[in-house]
Amino acid sequence: MATELKRKKVGWYFITPVGILLGIFLLYPIFYSLYLTLTSTRGTLTQFTGLANYRKLFSDPSFFKALKNTFRILFLQVPLMLVLALIFAAMLNSKKLKFRGFFRTAIFLPSVTSLIAYTILFKMLFAYDGLVNSTLIKIHLLDAPIAWMQAPGTATFVLILAMIWRWTGYNMIFYLSAMQNISGDLYEAASIDGASSSQGFFKITLPLLKPMILFTTVMSTIGTLQLFDEPMNFSAGGTTASMVGPDNCFLTLSVYIYNLCFKYTPKFGYAATVSYAILIIVAILTIIQFRVSEDSDVRLERKMAKAIKRGN
Amino acid sequence: MDTRKKPRRPGMIIVYIVLSIASIFSLFPFLWIVVGSTNTSTDVIQGKMTFGNQWSTNITKLFGNANMSTALMNSLKIALFTVILTLLITSMAAYGFQMYKTKRKEKLYSFFLLTMMVPFASLMIPLFKLIATLHLINSVWAIILVSSASVFMVFFFRQSFVNYPSDVLEAARVDGANEVMTFFRIFVPSMKSTYAAAAIYTFMTSWNNYLWPLIVLQTNEKQTTTLLISSLSSAYTPDYGVIMSGISIATLPVIIIFFAFQRQFVEGMLGSVKQ
Repeated sequence: MATELKRKKVGWYFITPVGILLGIFLLYPIFYSLYLTLTSTRGTLTQFTGLANYRKLFSDPSFFKALKNTFRILFLQVPLMLVLALIFAAMLNSKKLKFRGFFRTAIFLPSVTSLIAYTILFKMLFAYDGLVNSTLIKIHLLDAPIAWMQAPGTATFVLILAMIWRWTGYNMIFYLSAMQNISGDLYEAASIDGASSSQGFFKITLPLLKPMILFTTVMSTIGTLQLFDEPMNFSAGGTTASMVGPDNCFLTLSVYIYNLCFKYTPKFGYAATVSYAILIIVAILTIIQFRVSEDSDVRLERKMAKAIKRGN
Repeated sequence: MDTRKKPRRPGMIIVYIVLSIASIFSLFPFLWIVVGSTNTSTDVIQGKMTFGNQWSTNITKLFGNANMSTALMNSLKIALFTVILTLLITSMAAYGFQMYKTKRKEKLYSFFLLTMMVPFASLMIPLFKLIATLHLINSVWAIILVSSASVFMVFFFRQSFVNYPSDVLEAARVDGANEVMTFFRIFVPSMKSTYAAAAIYTFMTSWNNYLWPLIVLQTNEKQTTTLLISSLSSAYTPDYGVIMSGISIATLPVIIIFFAFQRQFVEGMLGSVKQ
């Protein structure tokens, strides 16, 4: 018993190194950041200002602009990308398909590129005298080149397209691996009962994929709410430009925080407040997503129970 | 074996068409990078899709004026030290949590997991101040230390340790090995593929890291490849041929790693959601 206790103590030694680093570089910043939200910095002077930063947040047009931009990208890009990933995964899951390995690798390959690299590539593709315009003119779909990156609508479109290119294959791999864990017997039993393959997809694959869909939705939501590299490099002039994209359409929450801290006079206290706003939004969205999936899980369980009863 | 061969349905043709289009879209930019790195700036932007003879000019500019070799060395240094430190400390912690379970350790572990929700933007400001206090601004160690403290990797390792047979460790103890020796001599060598997956994942993340290096590394001598490419593209008159050769060189190591270790690569990615 004594050795058992001693051994449990040894466990702490294994945890200590990472514990120290996490304490310094994760836990301390989290709490210090919370303290900063209650302060205001002027030059080297830090003043305790209570909830003033939070009040400021609600009357700050730039914050709402950033919020709107971020959510526009979130609601357009994430569903589109996840549906595409699901379709590709379902297609690749068929054992009869030839060249599966090639298709899978090809669609996944964009996810190995760095965020900076693909952003710059797409910016070049959609330049005024760029490849997309010249190709569209060549095949007579356009009479004159479009200034893609000059209007907020088209610029956001290019950003979303680029993000879909980069991340669809990544999410597809998650779905594919989950699909390969579904036993073939289920589909066989369904087809004996006369179900078509599309029924098999909607009645068997999709419900069983729910945990993975939830996981990818949560991860993509968190990722998009923190979107920084792409909008920053999409905007002409990079980190030093006065506007982030046409009409500030690339001003996401993270870009706004960066600008508050490092572009003009640092406003650390207020920037920390914006970052806590992101944290709260992430927490709320995650809880909602878990709730939605739990509800449908309950429904699914009831259905399964019924089906089993019927089967017996 | 399945002997009831069904005739091919028209649905399959649509599947092939969709997947082919998706593959072309996915692969085209890669071809463009390679072709572009051999062309002049104007040719790149206008979408010339044939190989030119500018490759050596672009490369000379990239390594001469733009200092790509320093950037590559910096990126490599950061990535290698991050991989070594991350693998060592996070796998040790995962081992501590998994093999010496106690209620208090489980509580600490759940708390760690909760912090994964915190966006990096919330940590950025205090981290920057902290790094300034520690006189680590413009030092690669600011990046290595911060990246190595990864809750995600602790989580990843623990997920892979769950099914490890504990009688192997028992046997080692009976033979008189101490706990630390058991970990390094018996446990780690038997987990090679997990470590490979973790190493690849960590290397990739470090190699492509942008925001934190952008904040911390402030002089050109400390620039990483990602920072260099970003600054090339935001120049007043960007040279797209040079940018293309920069992107191709920065992307090459990752693609080589991907094709050499495809299985571990995907495993590393999926590891986070394994049951």
